[in-house]
This record gives sequence, C-alpha cells and structure tokens, in this order.
Amino acid sequence: MNWLTVLVASVGTYLLKLLGLLVPEKVLEHPRVRRITTLMPVALLAALIVMQTFSSGSRFTLDARAAGLAAALVAVLLKAPFLVVVVAACATTALVRLLL
Amino acid sequence: MSVPAAERTARRAVVRDAVAIALTTGAYALSFGAVGVASGLTVTQTSALSVLMFSGGSQFALVGVLAGGGGAASAISVALLLGARNAFYGIRLAPMLGVRGAHRLLAGQFVIDETTAMTVGQESVRLQRLAFWATGVSLFVLWNLGTLVGALGAGALADPLVLGMDAAAPAAFLALLWPRLREGGALPVALAGAVVCMVAVPFVPAGVPILLAAVAAAVAGAFGRKPLTVDDRGKGA
Repeated sequence: MNWLTVLVASVGTYLLKLLGLLVPEKVLEHPRVRRITTLMPVALLAALIVMQTFSSGSRFTLDARAAGLAAALVAVLLKAPFLVVVVAACATTALVRLLL
Repeated sequence: MSVPAAERTARRAVVRDAVAIALTTGAYALSFGAVGVASGLTVTQTSALSVLMFSGGSQFALVGVLAGGGGAASAISVALLLGARNAFYGIRLAPMLGVRGAHRLLAGQFVIDETTAMTVGQESVRLQRLAFWATGVSLFVLWNLGTLVGALGAGALADPLVLGMDAAAPAAFLALLWPRLREGGALPVALAGAVVCMVAVPFVPAGVPILLAAVAAAVAGAFGRKPLTVDDRGKGA
C-alpha cells in the first residue's frame, strides 16, 4: 500500500512539473499571457517567502524565522552577495532561537 | 573558443549560488529521511520519494499525512496540491529553457521552487539555463544523499532548526526575487500574492494558499494596463 502511495503521488507530481513545460510556445506569445506568466513566479515566490516565514501548518506564527527574514532583507538592501544573505538569515534565526 | 572574463565571473557566481542553495536545502533532506522512516515508510520507499517526487513540500506533506494515520488517498492529494504550483513555474520556465524531447522530460523533474527562483533571477538566457541545470543537478544529488543518510538514522545528528536552516529558503528566495521586484509592476503583484496567501492559510488545505497567489498574479496580469518590459529577455540570447 505504501509503495502504491509513493509511486502514484510521485508520478502525479512529476506530471504536474512537466505540464508547464509542455504548454505550446504559440500560446505563450500573446502579450497578455506573457505578462501573466512573467508575474506568476513573482507572486508564487513572494507567497512562499511569507508562508515559510510566518506560518506553521494552518496557523500564523511569529518566531525566530521572522528575525532571520529581517536579517536577509537588511543584507539584500546592503547589496550583500547571495551567500551572505542566506548565512545571515540562518545565523540570526539560530541565535534568536537560542536566546528565546 | 574564449569566453569573456565578465561572462566567466557571472557563470562562476551562478554555480556557486546553486551549490549554496543545494547545501542549505540538502540539509533538510536529512530530516526528511528521518521523518520518512518514522512515518512508517521503509528506507527504500523514503529514498524513492526523494528520487521520484523530488519536491520537498510535497514530500514532507505526504509523510506527514502517513505519520498522522491518514490514508493513501489523502496523502496523495495533499502532495499533488502542494506540487501544483510547479506547473505554473514550468509555464514561465519553458521559453527560457527551450528544451525539447528527452531534455524536456529530464528538465521536468527539476521544475521546483529553488530552480525557478534561481532561473528567473538571471539576466541572460545563457545564465538562466546554467542556473536551472546547475541548481537542479546539485540539489538533486544532495537532496537524495541527505535523504538516504537521514533515513539510515543519522537525521538525529543534524537538527536543521538549531542551525536556523528553516530561514535559508525564504532568505534565498528573497535575494533572488528582489531585483525582479523593481520591474514592470511586479512589486504590487508580489505583495498581493503574499497577502492573499497569508489570508488564506488558516482556511484552506495546504498548498491552496500558494495557488491563490497564482490567481492573484493572473488577475493582475490580465487586467493590468502597464506595459511589461521585464520579459523581453525570455526570447533570444
């Protein structure tokens, strides 16, 4: 039963990933469609950022991760390299978690 | 064939960032491996999920449902709901990657949050393609290695929360998304997506809040009047 679950869910997930790549180029050339598809990852990733920072399951949470994201924002504003942004976020989160 | 120095530097930076993402995300695979085995899956089944599903959110959701005593149908549906956003990523990535045939089938497996954020964060098609494949391959290797090690019992050795690793993904996405926000009305859409998602979190099943953010983007894109300049870089090199 577990194997069936693993395989069906995996095949389904793969097909969802592949689906987007299969959309014909002709469809994507329309200016309005191009606008939507350009904005799509922006909206999705922005949603992902706040969700991964401010929620646990279906609850809002405000914890050490918020401090981490704030540190990342400061680092981004200071034009820090990518790696510094990520390390600053992790270190701040770890530190705040340790202190709280 | 000589490559200009600036291009070489840019490429090296892309590969370095890709490996950084793979390392921080890969650390999560250790805990996924441990959680997977604890949920009742065998080591082989847990590893099979990382190889075949290769989508962190969906994987954690699936083993979470199993661990909670949920049935196969609910485990599968929650994994698919969380994986549905990848279809939207693919639509955006398709013109950047320009993959056909077997390459497209392979690229499909790598269409996830991390590869999308890295790819849309690059300025030229050449760097976009490098970012996609470098992030996809290095993350795939480390994600599966981490899963196996975690499933074999070493997951307890590294608690990603103690190291603050749960802040790594949002921080990385923020860094990659930031330059894009200044372009063509992207900032209001990003804010709208974030707000819609957070408002929905307590009320709808996992995975749906993110999809509602996609709806927000679609509405903004369809009715927005401001011409979008961002994306003429999707074409040509």
